Amino acid sequence: MKALQRLMEKTKPKKDGKFPLLYTIWDGTYTFFFVPGHTNKNGVHIRDSVDLKRTMIVVVMALIPCLLFGMYNVGHQHFLATGLVSGANHVCDMFMDKFLFGAMKVLPLVIVSYAAGLGVEFIFATVKKHAIHEGFLVTGMLIPLIMPVGIPLWMVAVATIFAVVVGKEVFGGTGMNVLNVALVTRAFLFFAYPTKMSGNQVWVDTNLESGQQLVDGFSGATPLGNAVEGGVDAIPSLMDSIIGFIPGSIGETSVIAIGLGALLLVASGIGSLRIMLSMFVGGFLMGWIFNQVGEPGSYLAVPALHQLMLGGFAFGAVFMATDPVTAAQTSKGKIVYGILIGILAILIRVANPAYPEGVMLAILIGNVCAPLIDHVVVNGNIKKRLKRVKTA
Amino acid sequence: MDVKIRKGVNIKLKGTAEKLYADSVPCTDVVLKPTDFPGLRPKLSVKVGDKVKAGSTVFYDKDNDVVKFTSPISGEVVEINRGEKRKVLEIRIKSDGANQFETFKQGDPGSMSREDVISNLLNSGVWPFIRQRPFDVVANPADTPKSIHVTALDTAPLAPDYGFIVHGQGAVLQAGLDALAKLTDGKVHLNINGNANADEAFTSAKNVQINKISGPHPAGNVGIQVHHIDPVNKGEVVWVLNALDVLTIGRLFKEGQFDASRSIVVCGSKVNAPKYCKTVLGARVADLVKDGVEEGGRFISGNPLSGTQVAADGHLSFYDYQLTVLPEGGEDRFFGWLPYLGFNGFSLSRTAFSFMSPNKERDLDTNMNGEERAFVVTGEYEKVFPMDIYPVYLLKSMVTSDIDLMEKLGVYEVAPEDFALCEYSCTSKIQTQKIVREALDLVKKETT
Repeated sequence: MKALQRLMEKTKPKKDGKFPLLYTIWDGTYTFFFVPGHTNKNGVHIRDSVDLKRTMIVVVMALIPCLLFGMYNVGHQHFLATGLVSGANHVCDMFMDKFLFGAMKVLPLVIVSYAAGLGVEFIFATVKKHAIHEGFLVTGMLIPLIMPVGIPLWMVAVATIFAVVVGKEVFGGTGMNVLNVALVTRAFLFFAYPTKMSGNQVWVDTNLESGQQLVDGFSGATPLGNAVEGGVDAIPSLMDSIIGFIPGSIGETSVIAIGLGALLLVASGIGSLRIMLSMFVGGFLMGWIFNQVGEPGSYLAVPALHQLMLGGFAFGAVFMATDPVTAAQTSKGKIVYGILIGILAILIRVANPAYPEGVMLAILIGNVCAPLIDHVVVNGNIKKRLKRVKTA
Repeated sequence: MDVKIRKGVNIKLKGTAEKLYADSVPCTDVVLKPTDFPGLRPKLSVKVGDKVKAGSTVFYDKDNDVVKFTSPISGEVVEINRGEKRKVLEIRIKSDGANQFETFKQGDPGSMSREDVISNLLNSGVWPFIRQRPFDVVANPADTPKSIHVTALDTAPLAPDYGFIVHGQGAVLQAGLDALAKLTDGKVHLNINGNANADEAFTSAKNVQINKISGPHPAGNVGIQVHHIDPVNKGEVVWVLNALDVLTIGRLFKEGQFDASRSIVVCGSKVNAPKYCKTVLGARVADLVKDGVEEGGRFISGNPLSGTQVAADGHLSFYDYQLTVLPEGGEDRFFGWLPYLGFNGFSLSRTAFSFMSPNKERDLDTNMNGEERAFVVTGEYEKVFPMDIYPVYLLKSMVTSDIDLMEKLGVYEVAPEDFALCEYSCTSKIQTQKIVREALDLVKKETT
């Protein structure tokens, strides 16, 4: 540790030398290994040990169950499609094979997302002459988890670069963005390359080796994709959609894995329980209304609770809507914000035949509305203060 | 009136002082620092070599020349330190050991006129103890405040126990409170500790409204108390003091002189035997600690949250009754940001297991534990900011110097110290107290 410190000090490039980018990268690496011993000069003399790096890494830790499950499920779906395993009763067969297969598919996505995003961040940090900020630690992990496994790597790279530049850096970097950066990535791909982001071809890896063939009746569609096309019967049971051995974006399928992450986020106080709960309440409300008016057997009539367990709803509620920068910031605002997203997510999902999933768009709309919601809440406080003058 | 503060936190630090007085030490010299008074433009009335008595004017406010700042001891002006643009930083007065006092009006303030009370406070140099909201600056004697608030508890980390210091001085305190009662048409509020039994000197005070304040820090901040008892609106002025300063006012009327002696607490984990100590305003740090501190400490005049750093041969500030010595940081920490590792420091957030033992006394150093970032985490300040104000929105309006918005969001009610806990717990390491102080100066300049 001392030796590492000495080595780092020795290799330290000059800040205003020929290659300022080198210094930014060095500084980013050094502060990753060592929290610099800056002391408080004015103001408070003691400081809490929490910092942005720690906050971000807790969120990344919370994403690990989803990542691991996602890897396994990618393998599982592939082997189901090729008939090497059959049926949900055999989820544990060929455990290591599935996991390794999934890891081979998912890890490149993780690496590309981090490499592209951090590359942009380092360049911007150098140009703007500030230290690298930690925001992308979480974004870089979120991006692969909301992708279909069949997405080409170059698309992920392009979309990530687009999202970090247009979604974040033009607004001033970490802490200043209006929209959730990971969702901007997904939205970009969704509208730029729709064939790779929706439909039946992308959710399950169907690259066959010689001699293999897809099993009869394989569809590859997500439950919601099926439902939109009228195949309500094809929606897996509530239990299956909670456990998550179904096709979908890599990290979104298992409510249990998401729940583990949510537990850490709530226990550490970093994720807002208020937003998560109110989003579920909003979604349940909308789902219940549809359930009441829909004819039995139609998509409208899918039970509300079941709606919440399908697609990206749980993942969005726990990891996306709670992004503190883009969410509402006041306590009251967070509740309105959560409910709004919940309602919109189910509304878009069920009422719009073009989009089998509505969570992404709902959260982006929520992001846009968040400042307005806060404005109303803060105005309430201002009015209260003015009223005090009048009554006094 | 009972006020329960729910938001906030007591940060428990090692080095709490025993309720004992250390042997008194002779005071060799004192320093007056015009920088203790935000926004003040000092005009010196003395030069190096002048002899002064306790109560002789040393400098006064250039913008309001009735507000005088006087010498706490008798002796000789030996040094005037200036900074950039010849700004006066320190005036050092060497004690002659004779304890000579200027004489001022003596008697029961209750039977004096308001004008007499004010001029007595102004001439003796006791006036600057009275501060005002808005702006957290020395009160303007031309104003009539709607009420006066005296806080009789300090909830900051390692803070002195006011009850212990005031014990047995009920008559002096009463004289001071009587003088304050002359200054306002409204009430004088004495805000006493509701967490524990308050000292008899406080509970038996007359001529005041006694309010019981309970809850964690910052419950002891007078601004928080004002907010809950009688909030300041635009155009209103409230004067605030702490109870120990009222003792000095009381002595002025009892004895007719500016008796700047005070009891302070010397505390912190670097102090071998933290105790209370009888000394004088502006006392020298080295006299107070002698050799009773370990190496490698940072000397803080005031508490660890809102105090100011002073050199080992420096002096205490005008308003401070606390000398804290904490370990100085400065070491880079290997993977210091990793969560849930015991050696990675104390945190109010639940990203370190230390949140499970909130009552354990900690030995915190002065490391920033991170680097400054933009606001990211929300809801964090609100947990430790017990006012009906949106702290982050107010701070953002301050950063952008939007005075209209600041007014609407409650700038007239806040002081930098109220934001100290926000600054402590800030994930993004934002210097909130500095932002608030600069904004208050700006609003004061633009609106008055």
